[in-house]
Amino acid sequence: MSAHSHAAPLQGKARFWSPGALVMAALAITGLLFVVGRYIGGLGAVTHLSQSHPWGLWIGVDVASGVALAAGGFTTAALAHIFGRHAYEPVVRPALLTALLGYVFVSLALLVDIGRSWAIWKPMIFWNPNSVLFEVAMCVMIYTAVLHVEFLPVVAERFAHGFKASLANRSWPVVALAEAAEGLLAFLNRNLGKVMWVFIIAGVVLSCMHQSGLGSLLLVAPTKMHALWYTPILPLLFLTSAIAVGFPMVVFENTLVSASFDLADEMGILSRMVRITILLLGVYGALKIGDVIARGVWPLIFDGSVQGRSFAVEVLFGIVIPWAMLLFPKVRNHRTPLFIAACMVVGGVVVNRMNVFLVAFQPPYPVQSYFPSVGELAITAGFIAALMLAYRFTVYFLPVLSPAGKEANS
Amino acid sequence: MELNRRRFLGLTGAALGAGALGKPSRVSAARAYQPPPDAYGCLVDLSVCVGCRKCEQACNQVNHLPEPERPFDDLTVLDDKRRPGPEAFTVINRYYTGRRDERNQMAPTFVKVQCMHCQDPACASACIVGALTKKPNGAVHYDVDKCIGCRYCMVACPFQIPAYEYHDPLTPRVRKCTFCFERISKQGGKPGCAQVCPVEAITFGKRSELIKLARQKMVDDPGRYQPYIYGEKEVGGTSWLYISREPFAKMGFLKLPNQPMPHLTETIQHGIFSYMWAPLSLFALLGGAMAVFNRKRDQGEDKS
Repeated sequence: MSAHSHAAPLQGKARFWSPGALVMAALAITGLLFVVGRYIGGLGAVTHLSQSHPWGLWIGVDVASGVALAAGGFTTAALAHIFGRHAYEPVVRPALLTALLGYVFVSLALLVDIGRSWAIWKPMIFWNPNSVLFEVAMCVMIYTAVLHVEFLPVVAERFAHGFKASLANRSWPVVALAEAAEGLLAFLNRNLGKVMWVFIIAGVVLSCMHQSGLGSLLLVAPTKMHALWYTPILPLLFLTSAIAVGFPMVVFENTLVSASFDLADEMGILSRMVRITILLLGVYGALKIGDVIARGVWPLIFDGSVQGRSFAVEVLFGIVIPWAMLLFPKVRNHRTPLFIAACMVVGGVVVNRMNVFLVAFQPPYPVQSYFPSVGELAITAGFIAALMLAYRFTVYFLPVLSPAGKEANS
Repeated sequence: MELNRRRFLGLTGAALGAGALGKPSRVSAARAYQPPPDAYGCLVDLSVCVGCRKCEQACNQVNHLPEPERPFDDLTVLDDKRRPGPEAFTVINRYYTGRRDERNQMAPTFVKVQCMHCQDPACASACIVGALTKKPNGAVHYDVDKCIGCRYCMVACPFQIPAYEYHDPLTPRVRKCTFCFERISKQGGKPGCAQVCPVEAITFGKRSELIKLARQKMVDDPGRYQPYIYGEKEVGGTSWLYISREPFAKMGFLKLPNQPMPHLTETIQHGIFSYMWAPLSLFALLGGAMAVFNRKRDQGEDKS
C-alpha cells in the first residue's frame, strides 16, 4: 500500500514552532498541571463529577467523540484499500495518523478518568462478556494495536535505510541497537505488505464493532435516558454517524494542516470524497429522524426543554444544513464553504455524543446538575492540543503528507 | 463499478444492521442468566418503622464506616432527604404523605434506602471486569481487587446506589450496601440493620418466603397495606422488598419497568457475538470486496 505514496516529511519545508504550535504547547502544559492535580486530590478535586453524574466531559468528548472522530482512519482505509479507490491514497496516511493519535489519546483520557489508573490492564484478565464496556475496551485495545501495524510502513520508509549510518560515531551499544532496530524494520517492511490486507480489514471490522458498541453503553440504563436519545437503534446511529463523519473529518484536518504548513490542499480529492458523504450522512440523518418519528417522541423536540433544543441543534446544524450544503457543487469545490460544511458535520457528531452521554442522562435523584469544571475543560483542551502537537511532530519527521502537491498545482 | 460499490456498501450496512437490531427475538430466549433461586432478602414493613436510625448506626458499625458528622440519635438529620453515599450505606428518609394520626397530626412515614440487591443487577452486567456479581445468597457483591474505577455501575444502576470515593487519588472504591455478605454467609447470620431493628420492621429470610409473608400480612390485616410489594417485580425483582400503608410513589420510590435492565444490551451483545458470527461475516464480506475491487485494479480497469 505504501508503494503508491509520494509522501515526505515536512522537515526543512516548514517551521515547527509556529504561533499556533506554541499556543497548543501552552494548552497542553496547562492540561498537564490539572492532571497532576487529579493525581494529588482525586477526581473530586478537579471535576464536577458527582454521585448522580459519574460520567462527564471526558467520557462525552475525549472518549466518545474522540473515537467517533478517529473514524476517518477506517473509512478512508476502506475506501482506498478495500473498495480499490486508489486515487484517494494521499489522504489515507494523514487519516490513519489522526486515527492512531486519536486512539492513543482516548486511552490516555480514559487513564485519567478511571479512578484506579494503575488497574487499567485488569479487563485483559478479568472478562465480563456481558459488559458492553468490556467489548468496547477490547476492540479499542486491539484496534489501537492494528493502527500501529498499519502505520509501521510509514516509519519503516523513513528509517529502514540510513538509520545506522547517522549513528556511525556513537559507541557500540548504540550502533548495535540501531542495527537491530533497522533490521527489524526492514524485515517487517518486507513481510508486512503480504499480510497487511488482514490488518486493514480487521481495522474496519473492529471499528464497526466498537463504534456501535459505544452506542450500546447507555442502553443499560433505560430509565435514566431521555426518550429522544434512548432508542434500541442507538448502536446503529453511532455506527452510521461515525462512518458519515469520517470524510468530513479528513476535510477538516486536511484544510487545517495545509493552512498551517502552507501546503497545497487536496481539493480535487476532497471534493470527490464528500460526494460519498452525501449518501452516508443522508443514511444517518434518515435513521436519526425516522427513529424519533417511528417512536413517536418527536414532539419532545419542541417542548422547550434543554434536551429538546439540544436535539434540534444536533440534527439541524449537524446533519440537515451541512447535508443540504454538500448537495451543491459550489460548496464541494471551494475550500471555505467545504470546510464550513465539514466543521458542521464534525461538530454535529461531537454534540451528539455529548447529548447522549451528558444531556440525555437524567439520574432519578440528582445531587446537582452537571456542568464541566475548569479542570475538566482544561484537561480536555490539553489533550486535544497535545494530540495536534503530536500530529505536527509526526508529519514533520515522517512521510505522512504529500507536500509535492503544491508544486504540481501551482 | 459505481453500482458495485453501492451494492457492497448496502450489503455491509445490512449485515451491520442485522447485527445491531435483528437478533433480539432469537437470542432473548438464549440469555442464560437465572436469578439465584435460594437468594435471601429483606422485607421492610414501612408501616412499622419509627425512624429511630438504629439501622444506620448498626450499618456504620458492622461495616467500620467513619463516624458521621451528626450522631445517630440526632433525628433532625431527617429534615433533609438524603441518599446513601461512600460513608453511609443506608439512610432513613422521612415523608409526610398526608396521612394523619389519631390526634389529627401529620403522621410521618420513614423509608430505609440501601442497595436493593437486584435479582438481575444492571451493575453486574455493566461492570467491565465483573467486579460486581450476584451471589447465590442474594448479595450483589463488590470485589475491589478487580475494580478499575470506570463507574459504569453507577451509570447503570436504576436506583442510583453505587457511590464513589471521588477524593481518593489512586485507590478510590465503589461503596454500597454489602447485604452484610460475610454475616449472612454464616449460619443464622443476619444483616446488621435487620438484626438491630427494635420494632422488627426488617425481616430477613429467603426471598421466596418473604413474598409469601408479605401476602400473609396483607390478608391478616385487611386495609393496612397497599396491595403491592415493591421489589417483587421491579427490574426483574430485587432482594429487598417493601410493603407500605401509603402509595409508594409518594415516598420517593421509582416507577420502574419489570424487565431487567441488562435485557437489551445483553441481547444485542450476545446477538452480535455468539460464535462471533457478525464480525466474521463482515470480515469475509470485506475480504471478498477487497479481492474483487483489487483484481480489477490489477487488470488495469481502475478508473476510480
